[in-house]
Amino acid sequence: MAGVAGGNDFQWCFSQVKGAIDEDVAEADIISTVEFNYSGELLATGDKGGRVVIFQHEQESKNRPHLRGEYNVYSTFQSHEPEFDYLKSLEIEEKINKIRWLPQQNAAHFLLSTNDKTIKLWKISERDKRAEGYNLKDEDGRVRDPFRITSLRVPVLMPMDLMVEASPRRIFANAHTYHINSISVNSDHETYLSADDLRINLWHLEITDRSFNIVDIKPANMEELTEVITAAECHPHQCNVFVYSSSKGTIRLCDMREAALCDRHSKFFEEPEDPSSRSFFSEIISSISDVKFSHSGRYMMTRDYLSVKVWDLNMENRPVETYQVHEYLRSKLCSLYENDCIFDKFECCWNGSDSAIMTGSYNNFFRMFDRNTRRDITLEASRESSKPRATLKPRKVSTGGKRKKDEISVDSLDFNKKILHTAWHPKDNVIAVAATNNLYIFQDKIN
Amino acid sequence: MSGDKVKARTPEEAPADGTEVQETINVSLEKSEEAKLKARYPNLGHKPDMLRKRLQKGQKYFDSGDYNMAKANNKNKQLPTAAAPEKSEITGDHIPTPQDLPPRKPPLVASKLAG
Repeated sequence: MAGVAGGNDFQWCFSQVKGAIDEDVAEADIISTVEFNYSGELLATGDKGGRVVIFQHEQESKNRPHLRGEYNVYSTFQSHEPEFDYLKSLEIEEKINKIRWLPQQNAAHFLLSTNDKTIKLWKISERDKRAEGYNLKDEDGRVRDPFRITSLRVPVLMPMDLMVEASPRRIFANAHTYHINSISVNSDHETYLSADDLRINLWHLEITDRSFNIVDIKPANMEELTEVITAAECHPHQCNVFVYSSSKGTIRLCDMREAALCDRHSKFFEEPEDPSSRSFFSEIISSISDVKFSHSGRYMMTRDYLSVKVWDLNMENRPVETYQVHEYLRSKLCSLYENDCIFDKFECCWNGSDSAIMTGSYNNFFRMFDRNTRRDITLEASRESSKPRATLKPRKVSTGGKRKKDEISVDSLDFNKKILHTAWHPKDNVIAVAATNNLYIFQDKIN
Repeated sequence: MSGDKVKARTPEEAPADGTEVQETINVSLEKSEEAKLKARYPNLGHKPDMLRKRLQKGQKYFDSGDYNMAKANNKNKQLPTAAAPEKSEITGDHIPTPQDLPPRKPPLVASKLAG
């Protein structure tokens, strides 16, 4: 697999951008999750307005074989609506926190989408035929007078314009007191887990009226609460293994064969820290916002506020690789705490071969790290560099006093332009980057 | 796949001088930022408060009428800035009447990504 940063082998260029250009961004349009399906043919986005938009990759045209095909809208639907919890007098946001695809088993596509409280299984299917020639009703649906029917005919299936329908097949509700932060489909393709701040539940995809609670870290006395669950994921191959991360920067790996309740972990991953070097911010910036297994299942990656760490599942006492995302922010922690940016939850992702990782930053910058060459690159998702097939220019943030010509100083960074959600195509070098209300798709120049 | 480590932060092992110096710089940066913060906010919250605030995310309303009133008022809400203030209490300032409340099912607007 070619490297990610510059050089002869690899260059990222603009492919498409979706979404409105206007300056005034409606809150509902803010993209809250991005996910490719297993083949990469479909790309789903969820937003704060509870809507899901699915894009489909169209085959390359024969005329321009050097270009990959484009992603065009395949289906869009309202997944979740705002609700009001009458018991607690709290509103339940319709924002889609996560979308996870199921592996495809027949012609239809299935995905799980979740807001803070309810998970839904959606079926997306194509209809390209329609039955015509009913006996009891006209073509426009009006019921025929039975006395006028003198003969019987067999309805025939006629082709029609392709229609893509989305229907909710299962609704998994009322299992979470706290806010759901993660869902993850198990490798057995029958179960999935959902995690909130204090509990993790295991569901069967067919059964909606019950779920198993497999992790519960709620203390008997809430005054003793010291950490919350921030993310959880099933192992990609071992259906008995899952991990969950915490606000204290630790990761616990659990084996469901050991006990019904996995409160006791099998493995505990934590990087030791010198107690004398702790500051008020230490715990906040160590809080893990995302955890992702590598495709191989041998490694996992965690994202905390300033860095991305790769862990070998066989080594619990420290990560094997640490990558600094935006170390220059360490001298800005005070103001980042005041404007709440320090609590931003960045996600991270692997490429298909696990040789590279990607994560977002501020000012619409996103970062890629090549694990083999150790090179890294900073790119920007912006309308200015959105000319078709234009190569993205590497960006640099200047930290010292002297600012070079093309660099941007830390104080000029726009902290409202956060790239929290990115996704990497499972096989090809195509990436999807969510910049507030816009979705950018980039691909490599050379196939 | 090479599994060699980059910038291990374990103080127990003997790191290269560069790593140690970087560690010290990081610590002093954080501590000076902490001092700045404590100077501005002497009564800074304790850890359980922060976690509990996180668990109770979302604003409490008096009842569903109040909730629908607030939604009607906030229909034109813009993108919140990064410096979003604490959500101010806007409940209970007005007894809702049927005329004040928005229709039960507001029109569903399609996503602009699909446009």
